Amino acid sequence: MSPLKVLNSDSTAVPVVCWSCAVAHNESTLFCTACSKVQPPPGVDYFQVFNLPRHLQIDLASLEQEFHKLSRKLHPDRFARATEAEREFSLADTALINDAYRTLRDPVRRTEYLLKLEGEEIGEEHAGHNTGNAERTSRVPADLLEEVFELNMQLDELREGDQKDPALLSEVGAAGEKFSGMLNELDGNLQHQWALWDDGDAATRTAAQKQMVALLDRRR
Amino acid sequence: MAEGRVVGIDLGTTNSLIAYMQGDSPVVIPGVDGSNLVPSIVALDPMPADGSRPTVTVGNTARKALIETPERVIYSVKRLMGRGVSEVQAELKLFPFRLAADVDAANPNEVPRIQLGEMTFTPPEVSAYILRQLKRNAERFFGAPVTQAVITVPAYFNDAQRQATKDAGRMAGLEVLRLVNEPTAAALAYGLDREKEGVIAVYDFGGGTFDISILKLKDGIFEVLATNGDTHLGGDDIDNLLLAIALDEIRNDYGIDLRPHADAVQALRKAVIEAKIELSFKDTTHFDIELPNGTRYQREIPRAVFEDLIKPILERTAVPCKQVIADAGINPEEIGEVVLVGGSTRIPAVRRQVDAIFHLSTRGKKPHTELNPDEVVALGAAVQAEILGGSAKSTEDMLLLDVTPLSLGIEALGGVVARIIPRNSTIPASATEHFTTGVDGQTNVAIHVLQGERELATDCRSLARFDLKGIPPMSAGMPRIEVKFLIAADGILHVSAREQRSGKEAQIEVKPTYGLTDEQVESMILDSFDNAEADFAKRLLIEARLEAETILAAVERAPQHPAWQKLTEDEKLTIDALKSVLQIVSTGEDANVIRSATVSLDQATRRFAELMMEEAVTSAIRGKTMDKAGEDLGDEIQAPHPMAAAEFK
Ligand SMILES: [Zn+2]
Repeated sequence: MSPLKVLNSDSTAVPVVCWSCAVAHNESTLFCTACSKVQPPPGVDYFQVFNLPRHLQIDLASLEQEFHKLSRKLHPDRFARATEAEREFSLADTALINDAYRTLRDPVRRTEYLLKLEGEEIGEEHAGHNTGNAERTSRVPADLLEEVFELNMQLDELREGDQKDPALLSEVGAAGEKFSGMLNELDGNLQHQWALWDDGDAATRTAAQKQMVALLDRRR
Repeated sequence: MAEGRVVGIDLGTTNSLIAYMQGDSPVVIPGVDGSNLVPSIVALDPMPADGSRPTVTVGNTARKALIETPERVIYSVKRLMGRGVSEVQAELKLFPFRLAADVDAANPNEVPRIQLGEMTFTPPEVSAYILRQLKRNAERFFGAPVTQAVITVPAYFNDAQRQATKDAGRMAGLEVLRLVNEPTAAALAYGLDREKEGVIAVYDFGGGTFDISILKLKDGIFEVLATNGDTHLGGDDIDNLLLAIALDEIRNDYGIDLRPHADAVQALRKAVIEAKIELSFKDTTHFDIELPNGTRYQREIPRAVFEDLIKPILERTAVPCKQVIADAGINPEEIGEVVLVGGSTRIPAVRRQVDAIFHLSTRGKKPHTELNPDEVVALGAAVQAEILGGSAKSTEDMLLLDVTPLSLGIEALGGVVARIIPRNSTIPASATEHFTTGVDGQTNVAIHVLQGERELATDCRSLARFDLKGIPPMSAGMPRIEVKFLIAADGILHVSAREQRSGKEAQIEVKPTYGLTDEQVESMILDSFDNAEADFAKRLLIEARLEAETILAAVERAPQHPAWQKLTEDEKLTIDALKSVLQIVSTGEDANVIRSATVSLDQATRRFAELMMEEAVTSAIRGKTMDKAGEDLGDEIQAPHPMAAAEFK
């Protein structure tokens, strides 16, 4: 059997008529509000999937809670013996909420995603025939990654070997400080701009947007 | 047909198991020989004189053929699943079986076939025979057909390996409702017992693969945070290493090269495995093997020497562990519990390694080993089967959120990989990519899909190539083709495409890099009568009679066994009476009647079987192995009892 199969891609337009009870909805949703049957993936953005305003400062605990709540209802495990149409909708909807959660829970992906929604072009690769938005291979800056590995190795040495080797101890200490310093700086800058974007007026927003694009480009 | 039970299957490198939910707890279904483990060994019986297809045997029966006719036996086939010809060739250096002579090694797309006696089989076909055996064991146990299953795979299996496993299921007449990752299944089996919250790690070191997964448990949701592993690292590697050392030593010290003697190599392999197992609970073990020239290869192996030898193999498990902790974004200290899965975790050195990686004893913790490491994956598969069945109270709040182990990418210009779905993404996951043309009037675009973490396409695993065809001729860069990649809950990729300007559904013709076509799978489906109700009844009758014959033969020989004299006269009379009943009913046509008579006789002889076991244990203590003791006493007590306890409605 070939590992690839062709699925029907659905376009979604509002108003939507429920495939099961034929009630029309003005908003496209994951479930029919009338008969609560699963619907094809709605044409909404990731923030709308979780009923969130388009903000960058997110309460991760309640995002997780909402993600779990939707997963319980939509996951293909719940539809293993349902009709083929429902299985297909459940699969597509779950992919949507998983994609949305993966993007929103991560500070950098979330920022990138919002900037794209706002029309900014970041990391757009026009090389070759691919005009898409494939992720660049290293999202975490290489020097930072290097630091992490270095630190881990030293920590292991410390655990396995002589705990009191003062040279090693201070090396680890230095590496640790450098590492957290780099992380904090990046995060701090980004978070500062988040607040400006979430709470600012139009002009502040535009400025914050440009700052964030610059910050993300530097990370690459 | 009413929807039957969904069973859970652990299709292992060394052993395979089938389990189901009995009320609130998962239970492994034993085979006819009473054993929960079906060795993943497939053997071809001698060619019948009339030229018809030889019978294929699976499990313990096939294991016996391993010594007598090694050229007709295959084991560890899981290591060959979903792999290309060149990979299989490299793998086979360590095994006695060979590729079929007519396999074109130069053709990278050819699915490898293994020579077994006069016939050849693809790895999914071999796995299908194992699955069919498990299916039959379950059908015999339930007295009803079993058609739907959950099958476990190593978490680190790639798309081709997963697809090959699904193909095997289909060939065996099973609808595979879901593939579940083995470490995740183990977590489900453990999570069922008590309410748990927190982060757990599952360290799964089996016969042929190593997996490490980190999960977060919350309100019945089992969310995998990250997974890593090595599909080429397992107990087999330890066996092969010890075997190679022994072979070298025999050549150097005795001047005999055993390698060309398949049967002698198999005998040595068996001895090596026994030594490995013994060293898990003894400080030393010794080999004593007769060589073809009549001399004996004798050698003492202290545990310390063994541990030194296998150290490099164990250290290879540390790398994925560190990576998975980093990927999960946690500190080792946040891992509250570590679950051990797989037979290789019985090795004390492995446990010490786990302790060091996760800082367990320094935190006053111990790894979880309460559930049998050989069975826990199958038990978890049964839990997932019940979740999918959707009708049970015990699992209604449970939900498994698993991840894809490897990043999905497409080849961009210059042979670089553009990553579109990162590893450890919760599945189902999707990504949409847009493609265009580079030349005016171009109507095709070629796309190469890859799986792996490396930067260059040549270093990643090629999943498939496909052409987007029928693009309306436009100037270069004008068409906008949207391609949607979707990884389903099985971890298997699906692709769809559309040209957005014309609204035309682009045609995709997918050429999987490794794997069977639909038609090939169709042609390999094992005896299709498996699904037919009428034939099913016939088969039940045949099997019932076979079981009756087995137990009758055993009872016939019983009075010659010393244990018989320990029975009371009453017991002997009861056995005789029930024996006569079974002899009469087994000539009839009703499988159920034969079965209940078999069960009655089985129960009446239970104490006799126990007495025989005692004898066997006594002789084992006198210096024989259990196996030897079994051989001395006759074949019928290889298993604790000639007939397993069975449940009949
Ligand atoms: Zn409705």
